[in-house]
Amino acid sequence: MKEKDLILDLQDLYVRFEVEDGVVHAVNGLSLQIERGKTLGLVGETGAGKTTTALSLLRLVSEPPGVVECERLIVDGKDVMALSQKELESFRGNDIAMIFQDPMTALNPVFTVGDQIAETIAIHENISQTEAQKKAIDMLELVGIQGERADEYPHQFSGGMKQRVIIAIALACQPRLLIADEPTTALDVTIQAQVLNLMRELRDHYKTSMIMITHDLGIVAQICDEVAVVYAGNIVEYGTLQDIFNRTKHPYTEGLFNSLPNIRDRKAELNPIKGLMPDPTNLPQGCPFHPRCPYADEKCKEEQSVKWVSDTHYIRCIAYEREGFHIKLEEKR
Amino acid sequence: MLRYILKRFLMMIPVLLAVSFVVYFLMDLAPGDIVSSMAPADASEADIERMREELGLSGNIFERYTRYIGNLLRGDLGMSLSMKRPVINVFFERFPATLKLAFGSIFIALVISIPLGISAATNHRSWIDGTSMVLSMLGLSMPSFWLGLLLILGFSLKLGWLPSGGSGFFSAIILPAITLGAAQAGNLTRITRSSMLEVTRQDYLRTARAKGVAENVVIRKHALKNALIPIITVFGSTLGNALGGAVAIETVFSWPGVGRLTVAAINVRDMNLATGCIIMFTIFLTLTLLIVDIAYAFADPRIKAQYSR
Ligand SMILES: Nc1ncnc2c1ncn2[C@@H]1O[C@H](COP(=O)(O)OP(=O)(O)O)[C@@H](O)[C@H]1O
Ligand SMILES: [Mg+2]
Repeated sequence: MKEKDLILDLQDLYVRFEVEDGVVHAVNGLSLQIERGKTLGLVGETGAGKTTTALSLLRLVSEPPGVVECERLIVDGKDVMALSQKELESFRGNDIAMIFQDPMTALNPVFTVGDQIAETIAIHENISQTEAQKKAIDMLELVGIQGERADEYPHQFSGGMKQRVIIAIALACQPRLLIADEPTTALDVTIQAQVLNLMRELRDHYKTSMIMITHDLGIVAQICDEVAVVYAGNIVEYGTLQDIFNRTKHPYTEGLFNSLPNIRDRKAELNPIKGLMPDPTNLPQGCPFHPRCPYADEKCKEEQSVKWVSDTHYIRCIAYEREGFHIKLEEKR
Repeated sequence: MLRYILKRFLMMIPVLLAVSFVVYFLMDLAPGDIVSSMAPADASEADIERMREELGLSGNIFERYTRYIGNLLRGDLGMSLSMKRPVINVFFERFPATLKLAFGSIFIALVISIPLGISAATNHRSWIDGTSMVLSMLGLSMPSFWLGLLLILGFSLKLGWLPSGGSGFFSAIILPAITLGAAQAGNLTRITRSSMLEVTRQDYLRTARAKGVAENVVIRKHALKNALIPIITVFGSTLGNALGGAVAIETVFSWPGVGRLTVAAINVRDMNLATGCIIMFTIFLTLTLLIVDIAYAFADPRIKAQYSR
């Protein structure tokens, strides 16, 4: 097998939050590799640990209460866990950038959008303030906002426009890896498509590698090459877009697809996954999905292991050890 | 923005009229009558009435008040009967000293409270936070005249480091300014801490950190500029307290400001002088609050935008 050119190599990430009511196990041994130029979708319900994973890559988890441990975290060849504070500052925003979930609160209300874009540029590039301002205006135009609006404040922009500004900030220094944390969740449906298209265009333009965090499988289908389905702080199914959509193997992924509204068959009932996400302060033994899994048996309460079903596709499920097991979704297709 | 300033300026007028009427009315109620105490013992009722007329003290209270305001608008507050000089001149002679003391105390309060409040918030729940909270409670809860006496006792009488009164040298302002600044410092530390705590939870700080902004810049620039908005609001009342408190503390430190002047005027029943001082003082206080309000609008683009429309 040839050596892969990895933009991200994350091995065994654990993040816990030690808070008053106990220890929240947000991320539990998550490993992830992304090839340069690829886009990975990180899919899962709210509380699965997606944001925490992303923040860990920038070393931005607040410690305390957070405790971050990992075997290996290499971004574009840099050993991130070994970086000094100073090195981290030049790493963030330059090698790696993040677009946050809620554009309404992610911009500083007392600075103009132009200043907020120019700030990143001024930090990472050795240029004058006026040049940085000029580049900021170029960035604004790149994301489809008139340059004259650089002097306006965030409150003068709509949600979709704010998200464009945030995209401009994130891409201002052409990061190698861009993390987008549910970039369209807070937006109107019509705006969602525009913003998503913009992100896709810019990604292709700059050849940026990307992590797209979402709970929307539709977005995943549009933009991702690979998909990792996250449950209770770990990946339960990983594969190419085709693997996940056409050769679904994990019962949880099956549940996610079943819970989608079926546009063609309006009479079909919605089929949400039964039960709730487990309490992250008190995760169940064995497979954390077993209390909600329609296929679980006694063994699932005790153990869990990874099974590779092809070169590109694995699941964290032991039901496949059982003779003749396959999930129902496969039958329907 | 100009329209906003103008509007606020016009709104000041009814406030000033109401306040000055209350002051005028109360001073009028005060017992003692300078005319009868000034008149020679053998003066007749008619003589006294004539004197009253000459001094502009005849007629009912509304007539006198209207006349008073009319003169005030022309910059004439009448004569100080005890000093035999125009009230307005006496007032402006003493006012700078009061301003100096008030701003001295605010300077001390700001220099202490802003850094202390920020480090309390950024070290939330640490010993720094605890100590700063105890200190600000102390500053807030100590009556200022009592603190003033304690400081005089310690630093001038016992140690002999600083003068206990007067205004001749720079060092004379230190004790009264600390006395006056303590409560403001307590107040401002608490508000700085709480508004910084509020701001440090905001998403935009995470955005700033993700851009690679250094931590001290995140705090000094991104957080503080937002935290300043509530601080400025409180600062308005702090300024008011400082000016008002200066008047109260001046007597303790024999500071030659408007406060001591007013107290002296009341003691000799020089009502013209006392009324004039209080009304002028109120005008300056209201102006100060207006300036703070405008500063507030400048700190927050959302408010500024609201007014410039
Ligand atoms: N600062 C924090 N303090 C305590 N718990 C946290 C903190 N941040 C996240 N968590 C917890 O970690 C878990 C994972 O959260 P998150 O990563 O935000 O999930 P997602 O982005 O998938 O919705 C949740 O249970 C959340 O409550
Ligand atoms: Mg999230």
